[in-house]
Amino acid sequence: MSALTVSNIAKAYKRYPSKWARVLEWLTGRVTHQKTWVLKDVSFTVRPGESVGIIGMNGAGKSTLLKIITGTTQPTLGSVTARGRVAALLELGMGFHPDFTGRQNVFMAGQLLGLGIDEIQDRMPDIEAFAEIGEYIDRPVRMYSSGMQMRLAFSVATAVRPDVLIVDEALSVGDAYFQHKSFERIREFGKQGTSMLIVSHDKQAIQSICDRAILLKSGEVCLEGPPEAVMDYYNAMLADHQNQNVKQEALADGTIQTVSGTGEACVIDIYVSNDKGERVDVVGVGDAITLTVLVETKEFIPRLVLGYGIKDRVGQVVYGTNTHLTGQPIENVPAGSRVRFDVSFAANLGVGSFSVQTALVSTETHLVNNYEWRDLALVFEVVNISKPLFVGLAWVEPKISISRDMSTEELR
Amino acid sequence: MPGIAMLRALWVYRSFITSSVLREFHAKYRESLLGGFWSVANPLTMIVIYTVIFGQLMRPTLPGHEGNPFAFSIYLCAGVITWGLFAEMISRLSGIFLENGNLIKKSNLPRICLPAIAALSALVNFGIIFGVYLVFLALVGHWPGWSLLAMVPLLALQLMFALGLGVFLGTLNVFFRDVGQLTSVVLQFWFWLTPVVYTLPGLPGPARSVLQYNPLLPLITAYQQIFLEQTVPNFVSFWPVMVLTGVLLLLGAYFFLARVGEMVDEL
Repeated sequence: MSALTVSNIAKAYKRYPSKWARVLEWLTGRVTHQKTWVLKDVSFTVRPGESVGIIGMNGAGKSTLLKIITGTTQPTLGSVTARGRVAALLELGMGFHPDFTGRQNVFMAGQLLGLGIDEIQDRMPDIEAFAEIGEYIDRPVRMYSSGMQMRLAFSVATAVRPDVLIVDEALSVGDAYFQHKSFERIREFGKQGTSMLIVSHDKQAIQSICDRAILLKSGEVCLEGPPEAVMDYYNAMLADHQNQNVKQEALADGTIQTVSGTGEACVIDIYVSNDKGERVDVVGVGDAITLTVLVETKEFIPRLVLGYGIKDRVGQVVYGTNTHLTGQPIENVPAGSRVRFDVSFAANLGVGSFSVQTALVSTETHLVNNYEWRDLALVFEVVNISKPLFVGLAWVEPKISISRDMSTEELR
Repeated sequence: MPGIAMLRALWVYRSFITSSVLREFHAKYRESLLGGFWSVANPLTMIVIYTVIFGQLMRPTLPGHEGNPFAFSIYLCAGVITWGLFAEMISRLSGIFLENGNLIKKSNLPRICLPAIAALSALVNFGIIFGVYLVFLALVGHWPGWSLLAMVPLLALQLMFALGLGVFLGTLNVFFRDVGQLTSVVLQFWFWLTPVVYTLPGLPGPARSVLQYNPLLPLITAYQQIFLEQTVPNFVSFWPVMVLTGVLLLLGAYFFLARVGEMVDEL
């Protein structure tokens, strides 16, 4: 017994060579359009209470698939059968009118979602309480902040537990506090037997929430199985087409890595090691660490300079330099050689996650020759093991001396 | 049966439809100081202007009503108000799916609810104007009496006619955006090809025979007869309009049902 059965779904969009071609086709019945298939023969089932993750690159057909499952778009071939109510957290706030109060809009949006008036009436106190917008509930929605609007919309959309819930992981509902609260509610639904379909790029989210993952590639199910295996395959697939000059790739944590450059040299390995020489991705504040960058040249390079920058969580560079500035450029590097850079320093950084960007250039900037520029080449975590508690981006070790009971003369 | 499913969807979403109609009405006057007054003020102004200009200043005479200064105003309003309902329905329905493209693309609301909301909205507006007109008739002592009941089947016929045509045009408009433009042009011609501001007997013979093909002609002249002559029109003369209405309803429903799935891809 499955909660959701998707059988042999295919979707084609029609493309007409000209505006008049459609008139011609309708009048004569002669087919003039071409079909663009965005989904081809997609089938899967979701059992009651099961959570399934859907992953795939942009344009793989994820959105179209979700639209077909929610019934917004009709499939060209195949069918979807769902047992019970299907709800989607994709388009929050549909049916909100700015001039009406939150309460009036709750009724309207609720009815649009297929709820009855009495059902909404019964849950009104819950909706109000969950949205936490206080007396704003009786004010026009145009006075709301966008966060308040999203909170109210989320509260209506999840007021009644659906049998199948479709969640776009990119969904952001208000601040961090409400994010946690809303995901708690979604998880609670799962425990009560709601089947879930989650679209995400987040490896962590897919692996922690989902029982199974489906990888879509060019409109087809490419792989279906345990989340871990599917995510690894997905990452390998992403790494597979790296032979372009500029590309962006989604890292496992949802961030985007950008690599650009002409490609005469590239970073083939990068890691941080501790004073014992072990590779680590968590270091203690103030620890002596070494950043090792292994570079391979593809062609002869007259002058090679390595630059690097350490960035904090929001992308601000905390420290950066290059081997031109330190007076260590290497000259006349033959093609196919490997160069190892060991950058040793004390991790005088604050607690948090930091990323390393690297640049392989010929002078002090990347504007003359940019062999390779790599953002987010490495991410490491700094934790506070041995130092007293402090806040901030940097470890600026203080010596504090305190004197008490002094005369005004001595204070001067 | 997709047709049955369509009707059932209307029933399931009935409270959404009525709330939407009320909301559309409220939204218009919500932020104004005088609110609902404006919905009465507009038709009232129209009646007063017509009465002053045609009743007092220009004094056109209708045969058989030479002694009544309000006769032409009564005649004019009977046509203008009912034509207004027809024109509002057609122009709203022909753009209904395009205007609600966002809603169609993002929710799975049964599409048929949208024309239902538009039609009911137009009917509410008509109801207010019509109410003002009835008060005016009572005040000038020209109350139509029992013949007023004849309005019910006639309005129902007009409503069905407009609904069939409107849904057909609305669906077509999604695929060919020319339809919306064409509709507003045709509506202008249609207005002047209907005896609303002039009288049918005042036309030369050949023009009158052309107007016989206007399906709205029997309806509009019947309304004018009810309010001016205070008599019940002959219902037998409506059979061609009834047949045409049936055809349009079937055509509209068939075309809508055949294309509703494809619609969202074109918005």
